Amino acid sequence: MSNTDIVLHVENVTMQFGGVMAVNDLSLDVPKGKIIALIGPNGAGKTTAFNCITGVYEPTNGLVEFCGLPMVRNHPRGKMKKLYQGEHADLYTHDPAIAPSPDKITELGIARTFQNIRLWKSMTVFDNVLTAKHMRAKQNVFSATFRANAKEEKRMRDETEALLAEQDLLQYRDELATSLPYGLQRRLEIARALATSPKLLLLDEPAAGMNPQETHELAQFIQQIQEKYDLTVFLIEHHMDLVMQISDYIYVIDFGSEIAQGVPQEIQNNQRVIDAYLGVSEE
Amino acid sequence: MDKTLQKDPAKKIGAAIAVCLIAALYIFLILLDNVLPANGFTLMLIPVLKKGAIYSLICVSMNLLNGFTGLFSLGQAGFLLVGAYAYAIFAIPSDQHAAVYQYFDGGAIGFSIPEALAKVLGENAGAFLGAVICIILAGLVAAVFAALIGIPVLRLKSDYLAIATLGFAEIIRAIFQWNGVGPVTNGSNMLRKYTSFSAIKIGEIKLATAFPFFIAMICIGLIVLLINSSYGRAFKAVRDDEVAAEAMGISLFKHKMLSFVISSFFAGVGGALLAMYQTTIQANAFKSAMTYEILLIVVIGGIGSVSGSCIASFLYIACNEWWLRFLDSGGVTLFGKEITVPFFRDGFRKVVFSVIIMVIVLFFSRGIMGDKELSFAGLVRKLRKKKTAEAAEGGAGK
Repeated sequence: MSNTDIVLHVENVTMQFGGVMAVNDLSLDVPKGKIIALIGPNGAGKTTAFNCITGVYEPTNGLVEFCGLPMVRNHPRGKMKKLYQGEHADLYTHDPAIAPSPDKITELGIARTFQNIRLWKSMTVFDNVLTAKHMRAKQNVFSATFRANAKEEKRMRDETEALLAEQDLLQYRDELATSLPYGLQRRLEIARALATSPKLLLLDEPAAGMNPQETHELAQFIQQIQEKYDLTVFLIEHHMDLVMQISDYIYVIDFGSEIAQGVPQEIQNNQRVIDAYLGVSEE
Repeated sequence: MDKTLQKDPAKKIGAAIAVCLIAALYIFLILLDNVLPANGFTLMLIPVLKKGAIYSLICVSMNLLNGFTGLFSLGQAGFLLVGAYAYAIFAIPSDQHAAVYQYFDGGAIGFSIPEALAKVLGENAGAFLGAVICIILAGLVAAVFAALIGIPVLRLKSDYLAIATLGFAEIIRAIFQWNGVGPVTNGSNMLRKYTSFSAIKIGEIKLATAFPFFIAMICIGLIVLLINSSYGRAFKAVRDDEVAAEAMGISLFKHKMLSFVISSFFAGVGGALLAMYQTTIQANAFKSAMTYEILLIVVIGGIGSVSGSCIASFLYIACNEWWLRFLDSGGVTLFGKEITVPFFRDGFRKVVFSVIIMVIVLFFSRGIMGDKELSFAGLVRKLRKKKTAEAAEGGAGK
């Protein structure tokens, strides 16, 4: 695999809050066009890992690259210099120029959804998706106010319409986003993420709170959009069914550290993974 | 989608009604200024209308920030002050400088925009255009102040932002009263003699009341256009969920700054109009109480509703300056008889007002309009539905 085929490259990322190691020395690669899963029991540090990638947190140590471009590179500084318990503390130099905020990271082409759905509550389904297109528009505040961007606005509206139609959400377009049933809200959140035209889609527990039927549909849906938009998908999940069904490769973490990686069959039969999920019997 | 909107008859009728109403309003205002006799009624009505229009603009500008972008800022009085002062400083005629800046040797500024324009364009056109240019300048100066204050302040959230902006408003007031900048701001003394509403005329037609309406309407129109644009949606996204907005590529700082600067621009314009209305200004009048008054109107009108803010502005000003005045006067005249009410004395109006506000906050906690807008198209649609429903009922009755 050549380097350009790796969309997301995470190297020795450690996130330490005070004395708590939320993520410990995590390294993973997400190759182009694949569906990669990050799984682990509750509190294993999955969402923290996501937040380090999307710029919500700056990791204490480590490197994150997107399509070969370094997004975050950090080493323990300040108070963390003494407190730091992880490894590789001297491997990376800190460069303040490459720690972009979440909006910049989205601009590079990484879109995400949230574990607890975060749609814009006062907006309609249509506006939720349309607003996500704001970032890619070439208008400025004057051209937008004086309607000099009418062409672009029309294009954005048409694209939104098309996107909603594809996701089977067009019939709800004028309803408030929060009035939709749970499963559709999840789907809308994914549609909203797609509206930012991403290369990499990060899904944070997309099947949380869904029944088996909905989960099954969601699995098909994720595979469909992955093919259709030529996406790379990186997801966090609890639902083993979903993960085993759609993932090409799986990373398992527990207490912040990686405990296994491999294709679904390998993970299913890995004793450490089973132990982490079910607990070790005291014999 | 746009095509369906254009074909919507209710929208067309609504727009026609709105245009007719606005035209009727302006005709009425011009009649009020020029033809109608000055009796007790019009003498009360004119100031209420003027101040109501100015407050509408000020409240809508605050609503843009607090209601649409979700930034709880309490700095509005500061930006009003900056706008009012900027307007007055540029609009005082140069031969009046010696009188106005009597403690500062005639001040540091030796020119006046309306005066300079009057020399070129004639007196009336000069005053009109000069006032408009000074108003725009006032907005720009307020916007510059906002941009500078915004850099440190907009990194704060909710309550902390409110405290910081409140503090900055007070700092602005203190600086403007400082004798060190006296040659420009006249220290803690009044600024006066600048172009006021009474100087705004076209030929012989006085526009003293129509002018504030005209400026306020253009500004509110611009704000509405902004709110309904892509940027307006981004502002609402920031208000609804900052984390999600940022994750969808909306730069928080950039959009908060935009909203803050634009809101302050229009607050500056409002301040300039207020200066024109009052004919004299003094920094001491722009206390935080003024911000609370504006905030109150915004809350009564409905946070996130432009038309709500406008309606509430006129209602508040009318109650405060006119309808509830009798409460301060010691008695009421009913059917020609003077009735003395013991409670009615100076300041009782404020007590009644507080009670009304408490009732509104308790029972109409979302304000008059909530976050909805008054739209004539919507009214037409409602009326039509009613009609068709009545027709259907009538048919069934037969």
